[in-house]
Amino acid sequence: MQAIGDWFQRLYDTTGLNFSVFYDAYDWGRYLGGLKMTLLLSVTTILLSLIVGAIGALMQGSPSALLRLPVNAFVVVFRNTPPLVQLFFFYFGLGTMLPAVEAAGMRVPLLSNVQWAIISLSLFAGAFNVEIFRSGIEAVPRTTLEAAEALGYTRLKAYIHIVLPLAIRVCLPALNNNLVNLLKTTTLAYAIAVPETLYAVKQIWSESQNVFEMMVVLLATYGILVGILVWMMHRWERAMHIPGYAR
Amino acid sequence: MKTTGHRLAVLLPYRPAPARMSVRIGPLPAAILCFCAIMAASTAWAQAGPTTLSPLQVIVKWSPLLLRGFAFNILISLLAMLLGTIAGLGLGLALLSESRLLAAVSWLVTQFFRNAPWLVLLFFVMFLVPFQITLFKTTIPLPDWIKATVGFALPVMANVAEVVRGAVRSIPSTQWEAAESLSFTRRQTMWLIMLPQCIKRMLPPWMNIYAIVAMSTVLASIVGVSEMLTLTAQVHAAEGGRPELFAPLYGFALLCFFLYCYPINLWTARLERRFRVR
Repeated sequence: MQAIGDWFQRLYDTTGLNFSVFYDAYDWGRYLGGLKMTLLLSVTTILLSLIVGAIGALMQGSPSALLRLPVNAFVVVFRNTPPLVQLFFFYFGLGTMLPAVEAAGMRVPLLSNVQWAIISLSLFAGAFNVEIFRSGIEAVPRTTLEAAEALGYTRLKAYIHIVLPLAIRVCLPALNNNLVNLLKTTTLAYAIAVPETLYAVKQIWSESQNVFEMMVVLLATYGILVGILVWMMHRWERAMHIPGYAR
Repeated sequence: MKTTGHRLAVLLPYRPAPARMSVRIGPLPAAILCFCAIMAASTAWAQAGPTTLSPLQVIVKWSPLLLRGFAFNILISLLAMLLGTIAGLGLGLALLSESRLLAAVSWLVTQFFRNAPWLVLLFFVMFLVPFQITLFKTTIPLPDWIKATVGFALPVMANVAEVVRGAVRSIPSTQWEAAESLSFTRRQTMWLIMLPQCIKRMLPPWMNIYAIVAMSTVLASIVGVSEMLTLTAQVHAAEGGRPELFAPLYGFALLCFFLYCYPINLWTARLERRFRVR
């Protein structure tokens, strides 16, 4: 670790390329904090958006129009409006309407900016996931469902145990795409001052005056994060692969 | 990869481009829905007092300014799309090039710009491109909105390149062979045979990209371009920064983008269904 720091310090001294994150403990700490926040945002929003998608797709397939209509409206509205405006609408619009709570002698909002970012981004990505899951569910043959019915599964149980596992396998490539997109969209949380990677890096470059170097670090960071996510999704795809089906 | 005539009762293969907006409510009901939501939000504070304007009045009062901001957003998106499409076509053809080196380099460029978050690319351009450039002793100023446009054009370029590559790859290879046997050169084959056939296939994904760009232009407000979202915040401040104004004002922005993007998406879905290769 020390060697790396020394190397970058020497790089700065000789070439003027100031990668302060790698030798300055304070900058490194901030960067790491940002990275942790990005990971937290990504993991929670991915999980929540999957849940939103699964529930939405279930409701969309229901025979009752009363259940279908709200989901359809939700999908249509969230897919066709900018995620940043959604985020502002939630954080500023709804956040200020919620009652504040007393915490440690101070009045703080009921939901913090991090929580609002998670909610807003999950709903945004969830709207896409509903569509993706639906396309997967449509691919499950009618006969499979009939077989499940013949075995006495209820609609919900058949959905959870039979339709969804098959549907997920079918729509994994599309899901993969959307989750990568979601990871990239977490940068929007910057706009409501969530201290994620972009926010931390911007703080570093405005103090250490090394915009170019930090920009390289930033792009590399997201490149690596997306790479890891894609790698994991591909592994998952392979693990979930149905023998004899499409490759 | 065409499916054969009879359907087996097995899991059907995933279709890469199913009719995307099969979830649909009519455009009109959708607009009414949104409008009602905003009205409901506004009327909740209708009796806020005699001197303060109700949220609806505020929106009506400022809508010329806000809509001008929205028009600016659309201008940015159109310019970014134009730049991105031209550059993307070039990059896409480079991806398909026979030279290994050129294909590899353009692949790298495409992946880089596709996988970096839009906001990061926007920062990249905003901070690293100078505010003016001197060419042949003439100084050309680069206002921030032009830089933002370039910032949006970069990811568009990469996405368009992928669309071009995918479309050309999807043309049956017999077309290449037929062109070759008619002694077309590679360039002639590309421009006279492949690309004209591809336009139909490229149109729906291209429009999808456009809808995404149109929605992304609000990111420019983060880097200080005075487009709709920036103006919305300023209007909010001008009206005394009342917290209950946030929801209607941002709701109005949502509505504008919705009314612009939803028809595009419906149209895209229709084209996709019509052009679907069976």
